Amino acid sequence: MKTILFAVFTVMLVSIGHGQEKNKSVTFEIKGNCGMCKNRIEKAAIKIKGVKFTSWNADTKEFHAIIDERKCSISDIKKRIAEVGHDSEGFTAPDEVYDNLPECCKYRDPASIHMDHGKH
Amino acid sequence: MVRSYTFLLLLFFTFNCFSQLQVTGRVLEYNDKGKTIGLPDVNVYWLSSTIGTTTDLSGNFKIPFNKDYKFLVVSSIGHRSDTIPVNRPSLGNIVLYPNVVLEEVIVEKEFAPLQKSLFKVQNVVAVDGREMLKAACCNLSESFETNPTVDVNISDAILGAKQVQMLGLNSPYLMFTQENMPSIRGASQVFGLSFTPGSWIESIQITKGAGSVLNGFESISGHINSELVKPLADKRFFVNMYANNYERYEFNSRVNHNISDFLGVGFYIHANLRNGHIDRNKDSFLDTPLAKQVNFMNRWQYLNPENGWVSYLNMQYLSDSKEIGQSDFNPDTDKLTSNSWGSEINTSRWDLSAKVGYVFPDLPYQSFGFQTAFSSHDQNSFYGLNLYDINQNAFYSNLIFNSIIGSTQHKFKTGLSLTHDGYKETVNSSSFNRNDNTIGAFFEYTYDNLEGLSFEAGIRADHSNNLGNFVTPRFHLRQSLWDKASFRASFGRGKRGTNIFSENQQLFASSRQIVINGTGGNYYGLRPEKAWNYGVSFIQKLYLWNRVLDFSIDFYRTSFEDQIIVDWENPREIAFYNLDGKSRSNSLQIDLNYEILQDFHLRTTYKYFDVIADYNSGRLTKPLQPSYRFFVNLGYETQKKYERQWRFDITSNWLGKQRLPNTSSNPEAYQLPTHSEGYVLVNTQITRVFSNKFELYIGGENIGNFTQKEPILSSNNPFGPYFDSTILYGPVLGNTYYAGFRYKI
Repeated sequence: MKTILFAVFTVMLVSIGHGQEKNKSVTFEIKGNCGMCKNRIEKAAIKIKGVKFTSWNADTKEFHAIIDERKCSISDIKKRIAEVGHDSEGFTAPDEVYDNLPECCKYRDPASIHMDHGKH
Repeated sequence: MVRSYTFLLLLFFTFNCFSQLQVTGRVLEYNDKGKTIGLPDVNVYWLSSTIGTTTDLSGNFKIPFNKDYKFLVVSSIGHRSDTIPVNRPSLGNIVLYPNVVLEEVIVEKEFAPLQKSLFKVQNVVAVDGREMLKAACCNLSESFETNPTVDVNISDAILGAKQVQMLGLNSPYLMFTQENMPSIRGASQVFGLSFTPGSWIESIQITKGAGSVLNGFESISGHINSELVKPLADKRFFVNMYANNYERYEFNSRVNHNISDFLGVGFYIHANLRNGHIDRNKDSFLDTPLAKQVNFMNRWQYLNPENGWVSYLNMQYLSDSKEIGQSDFNPDTDKLTSNSWGSEINTSRWDLSAKVGYVFPDLPYQSFGFQTAFSSHDQNSFYGLNLYDINQNAFYSNLIFNSIIGSTQHKFKTGLSLTHDGYKETVNSSSFNRNDNTIGAFFEYTYDNLEGLSFEAGIRADHSNNLGNFVTPRFHLRQSLWDKASFRASFGRGKRGTNIFSENQQLFASSRQIVINGTGGNYYGLRPEKAWNYGVSFIQKLYLWNRVLDFSIDFYRTSFEDQIIVDWENPREIAFYNLDGKSRSNSLQIDLNYEILQDFHLRTTYKYFDVIADYNSGRLTKPLQPSYRFFVNLGYETQKKYERQWRFDITSNWLGKQRLPNTSSNPEAYQLPTHSEGYVLVNTQITRVFSNKFELYIGGENIGNFTQKEPILSSNNPFGPYFDSTILYGPVLGNTYYAGFRYKI
């Protein structure tokens, strides 16, 4: 019993300790349109080692993340997001990836923003 | 001559048809009185073109057909534009709605009042306040009547307390929480559901199967959480009155005040009175209790998104009294005498609770919360010649820390809890005192691979003076299968001590002898109950003819390692003993919900139960448990016209036959068949919304007027050996009609 309690406490303390480590908050622009884009962008970024939290706003195009700078950098994130189809300053998505995005996500065409994004 | 004219006319017509086909229609809107009037100067044009026209003074338009375009756009400033597929030359009446009205419609359309999630890890049914308006819904026990996940049954023919069941198990195996703090338990088990007024409830979340480790180790079949209305979000003022044809009256009122943007205070009051001496079945016993209740709550809410602090403070006081028994019973002269059988149950209760939460402003995934509650419950009662008093003082506290491991794909919750329950009971001349003290720690890990697989693995370790040291694991998993389909599985363990008297209070309304065959445990000589619960479920949502259809099926099994068997099989006694052998409950539920026509919703559910246990007299199915239940609910809401609306709702329940406890040793007059008949119950309600502030409702319960023939055995000799009101399988009260109103600003 005591060992179990001890284990739980240790895990708690370790986690709190973890939370106090370098938590760098970063914000930059990522191109995209809709809820489907949001899903794709956040999913790609969160899987990078060192990225703890991601959030992309479809209205402002602002991407916010909390990262451990010792494990990854902003360019790691931009690079990975470009690989799944989304441009940002300095990083352009490969055409073959971009061309495979669903029609409503093709943000390079200004008209695409007016498409029906309701169901995504 | 005539011929050539006809020819010309024909030529003219054909020419008109082929080259100048006109599409016609009329654009309308609703005026203040809800009548349609023509809308002039509306732009009507082909989608993605510049070809268009405007409507005339009475709203009519005519536009040349063009085969290159398929859709007409109808737009007018201040109204929501409409796009209409053109598949016939006359489009008839097209109604445009003002922008504002439409926004409201959208909001209400997005979420059904009863939600089953595709994405939550646990199998949760979320019920919001609108769903609760569909039932007479005077208190929590009545708010499940349009909800097939939970079964509502009545404790016995005299107390008339409504109880809920899930997965074929009685309510003590369910965990009830109010805003995630344990609520209906211990002394309030039987009547507690009637201590939460329906109009105070904002939403209910029903979790089937093993719950989470956060709220404790007691839940076995599921977890029902009710969220109350929040002062900062609630209407400023609300009043509701209700009356039915059995002289039942209810009054509810809420007043909220926002002291600042961050601080709100609410005062909620509920009072009810049941004044009707009703004995329609002429068995000399009241069909429904005489009752009075006053319930008052004061709550404070602090919510500051800027600094991350959230806090609640609640104070609640309740006073409830019931008088039941023979209709000629006079408590002043007949109390505890055999002049006439009667009973009084007087309860007073205090609840104090507080919650503090903090979200780290820089780390949105990290937070901590602290909850604490104190309650004092005092029940003084007598049932005929039986005396029963119970007093419970309960303390609860729980500290929770939320964060992540590496990234938000790996979340965890961990914390500590400390609880105390002090019970003092008097059963006739014996008294039972018990203190339960528990300290525990928990850890719950949630993983989401973002590709459709997520799971929640929790474990808690507790130390209790009466339950010993033990570990409670709980596990839930969800996997997306294909488009809009999810599979879920769960397992978990629960453990609890039983308050045999307060949970089975109906036993006092019988001549049964109480027998406790203890084996040295800490609960009246009985050992605690332990059970595992396993479940799987599947849900598919799809669009059928452009409307959402959802289908779900789930199967749960609860198997008891140890259980306190409540044995009603000898009609002379009620025996409590620990399980020796097997006890398990299987439950299957199939749901199919569909919007048949616009705003016309159908809900159907079939449930099958197979609940068995080894009694001293052998293996038997659980008594008073319907073998199946078939549920149909139809709801229709008219379109809102200037805030006005009609809402119709009808619910029907078919209940299968139930096994009745063995009465074969009774004299023939007091013997019951082995099984009850199946029966059907129908409830309905009509609501008229006059404005966003005011609505009226009328309804009927049990309108088929089904009642159990002889709900009380030996009702003519309540002090004799065969008196028994506990074998109740159907309603005592026949059709009930009610009316009420709600006013809110």
